Amino acid sequence: MPPKAPDCVTTRWHEMTYLPKPRLHHPSLQRNAAGFIRRDYEGAVSTLCAGCGHDSISAAIIQACWELDIEPHRVAKISGIGCSSKTPTYFLSASHGFNAVHGRMPSVLTGANLANRELLYLGVSGDGDSASIGIGQFVHSIRRGVDMVYIVENNGVYGLTKGQFSATADQGSKSKKGAINTDAPVDMVGMALQLGASFVASSFSGDKAQLVPLLKAAMTHKGAAFLDVISPCVTFNNHEGSTKSYDYVREHNHALCRMDFISSHAEITVDYAPGEVREVHQHDGSVLRLRKLPEGHDSGDRVGAMNYLHACQARGEIVTGLLYVDPDAADLHAHLDTTPVAFNTLGEGELCPGAATLEAINADLR
Amino acid sequence: MDQVLMSINATNDFVVKFANVNGSGSASANELFAKCILRMGVPVSPRNIFPSNIQGLPTWYEVRVSEVGWLGRRGGYDLMVAMNPQTWDADVAGIAPGGYLFYDSSKPLPKAKFRDDVTTLGVPLTDIANQNWDDPRQRQLFKNVMYLGALSALMGIERDVIVQLIGEQYKRKPALLEPNLHALDLGRAYAEQHFGPIGLRVERRDAVGKRIFVDGNSAAALGLVYGGATVCAWYPITPSSSLAEAFEKYCAKLRVDPETGKHRYAIVQAEDEIASIGIVTGAGWNGARAFTTTSGPGISLMNEFIGLAYFAEIPVTVVDVQRGGPSTGMPTRTQQSDVLFCAHASHGDTNHVLLFPEDPHECFEFAAAALDLADRLQTPVFLLSDLDIGMNQRLCEPFAWDEARQYDRGKVLTAEQLEAGAAFGRYRDVDGDGIPYRTYPGTHPTRGSFFTRGTSKNADAKYSEKGEDYVQNMQRLQRKLETAKALLPQPVLHRAAKPAKHGVLYFGSTAPAMNEAIAKLDADGMPIDALRVRGYPFADSVLAFIDQHQQVLVVEQNRDAQLRALLIEQFEIDPARLVPILHYDGTPITARFIVRAIGERVHAAEGARLRDDKVA
Repeated sequence: MPPKAPDCVTTRWHEMTYLPKPRLHHPSLQRNAAGFIRRDYEGAVSTLCAGCGHDSISAAIIQACWELDIEPHRVAKISGIGCSSKTPTYFLSASHGFNAVHGRMPSVLTGANLANRELLYLGVSGDGDSASIGIGQFVHSIRRGVDMVYIVENNGVYGLTKGQFSATADQGSKSKKGAINTDAPVDMVGMALQLGASFVASSFSGDKAQLVPLLKAAMTHKGAAFLDVISPCVTFNNHEGSTKSYDYVREHNHALCRMDFISSHAEITVDYAPGEVREVHQHDGSVLRLRKLPEGHDSGDRVGAMNYLHACQARGEIVTGLLYVDPDAADLHAHLDTTPVAFNTLGEGELCPGAATLEAINADLR
Repeated sequence: MDQVLMSINATNDFVVKFANVNGSGSASANELFAKCILRMGVPVSPRNIFPSNIQGLPTWYEVRVSEVGWLGRRGGYDLMVAMNPQTWDADVAGIAPGGYLFYDSSKPLPKAKFRDDVTTLGVPLTDIANQNWDDPRQRQLFKNVMYLGALSALMGIERDVIVQLIGEQYKRKPALLEPNLHALDLGRAYAEQHFGPIGLRVERRDAVGKRIFVDGNSAAALGLVYGGATVCAWYPITPSSSLAEAFEKYCAKLRVDPETGKHRYAIVQAEDEIASIGIVTGAGWNGARAFTTTSGPGISLMNEFIGLAYFAEIPVTVVDVQRGGPSTGMPTRTQQSDVLFCAHASHGDTNHVLLFPEDPHECFEFAAAALDLADRLQTPVFLLSDLDIGMNQRLCEPFAWDEARQYDRGKVLTAEQLEAGAAFGRYRDVDGDGIPYRTYPGTHPTRGSFFTRGTSKNADAKYSEKGEDYVQNMQRLQRKLETAKALLPQPVLHRAAKPAKHGVLYFGSTAPAMNEAIAKLDADGMPIDALRVRGYPFADSVLAFIDQHQQVLVVEQNRDAQLRALLIEQFEIDPARLVPILHYDGTPITARFIVRAIGERVHAAEGARLRDDKVA
């Protein structure tokens, strides 16, 4: 058995921040429709601190992919730099992963997506990565409508460098060392709405029942899906005075509604009275069933969603749930009118105009 | 016409400079002037000289006419077409003694504004335009065509050739043909009535052959289309923007699925150069051929990603159309000053492949080659062009493509190979050439996946901070660059007619001026061998060339002798063996400059040797 993971990001083993898992498959383990066992969706043992919210998000990603019968190798996991960006090592080990440059996950993902539109692109980022150094790339990848699931694991703090405030820390919140943050926070959910993301949701790492269906909905969404997940940092931001601690988020969580994700294969049964539910039909045939919708919120109304979000924030509430979805959104490939074939499969026949054409071009240049 | 003693008489060998106002529509008339001469079979080399402005400020266009075929900038000018009152004084002052001044004489100018040793050719362009057209924009545009007409009459440019070219230009807008021809003939008639032919003459020859006339940025863009680039991410910057625009133009014609109308290309104008190189890195990682195009300031921003692509071994193609640096520097002037920077871009120990095209023909060839090299070597490859090549039309050999040519996608394991049990470790040096095997994401359900990272790792791509893993990897990267040497375009040697003690090394846009300088030095009895370097890391033959010569001069267009620094670094040779000749004022280097500089150095060396001999 490998040694137990360290309880803090300050690695005790200087030469290893990843741990292999023993590969033991029990023959009776249940297989999903794609023929994989749940274990096939896992990754290496996490080296994050015990209790880190990020590990719950990794578990939710594993759960969502397993339940959606996604072939693990048809997923590309791309991240930047930071605690959150380390997590792609801890799920989907059969997928290619790319731990890129700090704050630059969105551009790498955009390029990867252009090269092969057939894979599912999971962009994993944090609040330092996406709200500070990489805020420009966050903004522009959302604007372009890159077909991706953009997950921000938001803890309001820099963990790997030990506890500095990040740009999503609330004004007036207190650091572990007792410093008060005086800067206004970056509201990534509000920005994503304004920038034209076609799927915008917020969640809490401690609410798996909400997070898993949201991830599934985002993974089946065609277009830029943005998911901000508040994910408490147990080591540096889980104390009294923090607004990203488990206790604070639980107390102030305003869950919009419950959402069921109904896959395209499942039989749709209606067990709610009309008016109580709103169904959103996605392109792949899946259905998002929203129930217990609050007064004044409509997930199909971008302006309304912005107003609702701001009204809740003014009351000191943290809104979680699906804020907005446009099931008919066009993605970057649609904007660029690209061929449905993955670029990385095209060869000379499709790409090279040939010698005769070049002769004609030469003739025009004389 | 005032007769001036000692007027310059030259046939097919002179320089005309046009001084215009930016935004006045002069560019197309000026280009037409150059093309007419080309169509008469006489080589020309035009150059745009433009400050960093959009409208209303000065711009120049210089056309060198050279029957023998020298395409470098000559220096000086024999005829000034002075269409910009703002720059009049300096424009007139620069005319070679015995030269000619063509200007709009609608408003009388004081005698002090002219020179006694220059033939003055005044044509009332504004007056004639006002008599013939009402629309102010038309007046302006046709004034340009009128001066073209007048010049053609003065210099013996055939009317039929101009008519043919105007016809080609307005193929799709026939309504514009007639007024253009009218303007042309108004200019011709005035010149014929008021002046005789001048001493600068264009006579028909057959010295152009099959060569084409194109700018380097268009050529590179076409090379990238032919080479199979599907993803282009870029951020606008002079002088490289026209490359991305040309790529888009060519793709729209050549890369559309004929059946569905869908695009086999994606162009993203990114938010900055960091995103541009990030997109290219992501696309390269995922198996598409991708490039970005930029200039020095963009390379500065891209450094972190370039280091990642080098260390994580991702194919990336970067075109750097160099301009004057550092900082914003001289954004519309030419230099070769990103050489050292690109060779070692990023923090930490890095080394990158560089390609140095001499003209648009090589821009095409090397752009296509860069995509192959990036895939083969799994590393960033830089095409180092510059403003002089990129933004000026240049006469060059026609583009060529071998129909049997196949893209070299490098060492990529397929699903079949993985299924058959191919051993895979992302960073293992299986073949001993430093180049590992890779897999594209999504290839095989259970084999071939790996994690790409900018942190250190072992040969199986697992995170590792072990010293030996790191060192082995860094040494393998060095081996890979060693492998690159043989794959790059090899140097081109020009041996002097007689055995030469001196050698000269040069690269890129210095070539046309150097060709002329070598011929001049030979004629002056100072034979010199010349080696044009076309790629970095340098081939071993470059060291052999240095060893064969008593003194080696390195000619380049930057202050810090950057190519020389790389030569000293790679070959670990005594710096005294390489004598720098540097030109970096933002104008393209000239043969006159090179001849003088080489002459001085060679004489100094000979003198020193004679002194040494006496002492001995």
